[in-house]
Amino acid sequence: MTLVALARAQAFAAGRAQPIATVRHLHLHDHPFVLIPLAMAGEANAPLAAMFGDSPAKPRLLVVAQPRNRDERFAFADALSAELVPYLMSFADQTEAVAVDRGRDVRHRYVDAPQVWVPNPGGIDFLRLFGRSTRFRRVDGDYPVPPTVPLLGQWLTFLAGAAEVPGSSLLLNAVQALGLHWATGQSGAEDNHLGSLLAWIEAGAQAAREAENGPVAGPATDPEFDNRVLAPLIADGDPALATVLHELLLPTWQQMWRILDRLRTLPPGDRVAARWDSDRDSYSSFVEHLAEGGPPQPRRDGAVAAAARLQRLENAAARYAVQRAFDDPLVMAEYRLAGVAFGGVVTLAAPDRVDDTGKRPVLRPRIMVATAETIRVEAGATLTSPARPAQKAKVVSITATPAGHDVLLELSGGMGRKLVAEPGTVPAVGEKLLLTTLSEGYRPGAALPDPAETPWTHGGPPALSSDG
Amino acid sequence: MNRIAQLRGPEPAKRHNARTIAALTGNPGCSRRSVLDAAGVDKVALAARVGFPGSFGQSRFALARGNAFEAMLKADDCELLRSVLDVGVVGYQDLGADDDATLTARHARTRELLTSATSALVDHPLLTLSVAGQTVFLEPDLIAFQSEGRLRVVEIKSFAIVDGQADAAKVAGAAVQAAVYVLALRRLLGDDRVSHEVILVCPSNFSLTPEAVVVDVRKQLSTLKRQLSRLSSVTELIDSLPPAVSFDVALSPAALVESLASVSARYVPECLSTCEMSVFCRHEAAGTTASLGRSVRESLGGVETVAQALELATGTATPTPDQAEAAALLRTAARLREEALS
Repeated sequence: MTLVALARAQAFAAGRAQPIATVRHLHLHDHPFVLIPLAMAGEANAPLAAMFGDSPAKPRLLVVAQPRNRDERFAFADALSAELVPYLMSFADQTEAVAVDRGRDVRHRYVDAPQVWVPNPGGIDFLRLFGRSTRFRRVDGDYPVPPTVPLLGQWLTFLAGAAEVPGSSLLLNAVQALGLHWATGQSGAEDNHLGSLLAWIEAGAQAAREAENGPVAGPATDPEFDNRVLAPLIADGDPALATVLHELLLPTWQQMWRILDRLRTLPPGDRVAARWDSDRDSYSSFVEHLAEGGPPQPRRDGAVAAAARLQRLENAAARYAVQRAFDDPLVMAEYRLAGVAFGGVVTLAAPDRVDDTGKRPVLRPRIMVATAETIRVEAGATLTSPARPAQKAKVVSITATPAGHDVLLELSGGMGRKLVAEPGTVPAVGEKLLLTTLSEGYRPGAALPDPAETPWTHGGPPALSSDG
Repeated sequence: MNRIAQLRGPEPAKRHNARTIAALTGNPGCSRRSVLDAAGVDKVALAARVGFPGSFGQSRFALARGNAFEAMLKADDCELLRSVLDVGVVGYQDLGADDDATLTARHARTRELLTSATSALVDHPLLTLSVAGQTVFLEPDLIAFQSEGRLRVVEIKSFAIVDGQADAAKVAGAAVQAAVYVLALRRLLGDDRVSHEVILVCPSNFSLTPEAVVVDVRKQLSTLKRQLSRLSSVTELIDSLPPAVSFDVALSPAALVESLASVSARYVPECLSTCEMSVFCRHEAAGTTASLGRSVRESLGGVETVAQALELATGTATPTPDQAEAAALLRTAARLREEALS
């Protein structure tokens, strides 16, 4: 992380935030939904208000006049559901066919998916808990709620779950999105204040310090504000509460849309679209789950489901890290500093070299790359170049030279099907090349047993009385 | 002790509690905090006086809920608390009353009750702990549950446990505080009389129904013991201060700033959430790599200031022999960054 640390030092010296990415590493929707939740202090996830909407000019505000009142809480959930769920469902119309199983089958997914923005990680935690507190509510029985309430709960749980997947863009928070692309001259803890973080980017250090005393971006309120303003308003049931909260939330609302505009100025990374494809996949299957009347997500995953989820998250994290490096030379620079990647110049090339020692002759060109950078690579390692991701370069030998190292590489793949390489597929003498041990290759996960095949310790038979 | 009282001025002393001790051990290298806390200085007032007020208030809503939860548990002779702890019929003794005049008497009564080994719930015991060479009174808002000659600390907290999970930071904070109490009780009664398992009582899910969970605080205990032993002897530190140093908040801000400057601080961004003086210290530490966070400082090769790190990165400063490695890394990083941005 030395490069990011250096960028922080530069930002401090310059009094302005410094870029740590040259491309945008997230999908930015043409039609996003912004949601700013506000919670009541002390209570376990009691909503106080929310400002939300999909149009910067038209913020909608919902206020809970008595946050401790259960009925008002569910009335809030009902009203939020009536606004949010139609937006979420509005992408479930047009589908496209995707080939699966090497083209032997097709499945359908929606051509677009929703994108919800909250100000900070705390906002995501709030939505996750609000989803938990609403998705199991019964629409019949002793304390019935409108069907919109558990539906909202399922959606929020789905979105919060997606937000845990590295690289997913279904539910995003502005603090992390900015922190992914800019480094400020303050600590990460201070960056959690959205107003301060944005001020570093827009106006500089002085404005950032002043912004610290500005309005909070929720979900927690300022204790001073609670004691001085909020408590009397709530105690008296004062109708001015809505106006006060509107004024409190409006600056954050405007910041959120400015942040989206600013992120839009960055060109998207090449691999961002592919990650959005997986987001559309999970959206499509969730819509299908709801359409089939699927049950709410369990309180806790069973053993097998938890292991599978962990594996998915680990794979996604590894893939996301590699993809960001391949998309962005500034991210790759961190790997170059660590010796996992290096830049060099091609000094020799044998593009037509054919290896005929096997049963069939195969095209195996060799190139020599001279580098002056630190390399932590050994003979036999397989390297990739972001410029030619389909091509593998096997390290044949490494020779120390006065200027650094000469690395001899044997290439395979990405050169067409003939015994002569397609033009331009083999790096030519004089070409600058970046090589890395990072690989985008798919890593198959371990096979997990069916839950019924597991021992009772892991939820298998004989059935345990579990609340899952 | 006279020197300590003189440091504070005529104001009454602020007492230590588990939270201040936990914060103290969170940054044991900070002499400023040790001295101010030892002298019982009102840090909120001091920070405001020197022009760097922090916001360390607690929301009225949070307090109300905490009090309501505790009152509910303790109502009717602790009926609900007994049922959630599953302790049956035992006595309940409240040593309460927050009063400085009765400290010694209450400490004696606490000792008497706790050493008697009868099964009981003992509320508001008054404990002592030696911190940085000073004996401090601790008035934990807790109940010690005594059964079969063994004590357990019961802590009532108002954050919710949802599906067996609670806010990690809050649980960690509660565990450190509980460890302070366990340590104080062990110093009073001996190690084997006090369990390292504490009981946390919190509201369950989204209701006020209580739920008790056992938390093992052995790890927090050993950290606490290590850091308490490392806390530089604060009395020595205070004796070595120039006679003009005083933190009497009636003094002029300029004089207070001068006094503060004579006791070194070790500011890190984590201070912002735990120490009342943090905004002042942050201002003072501007330009250090530590103020950007521990990990940033380490990534910059442990170089002291931002200016120095940048000079090493651009090659305008000559590194000392121990900086050579860091300087080489920084120069490479700067070159790679420039290349990627061009």
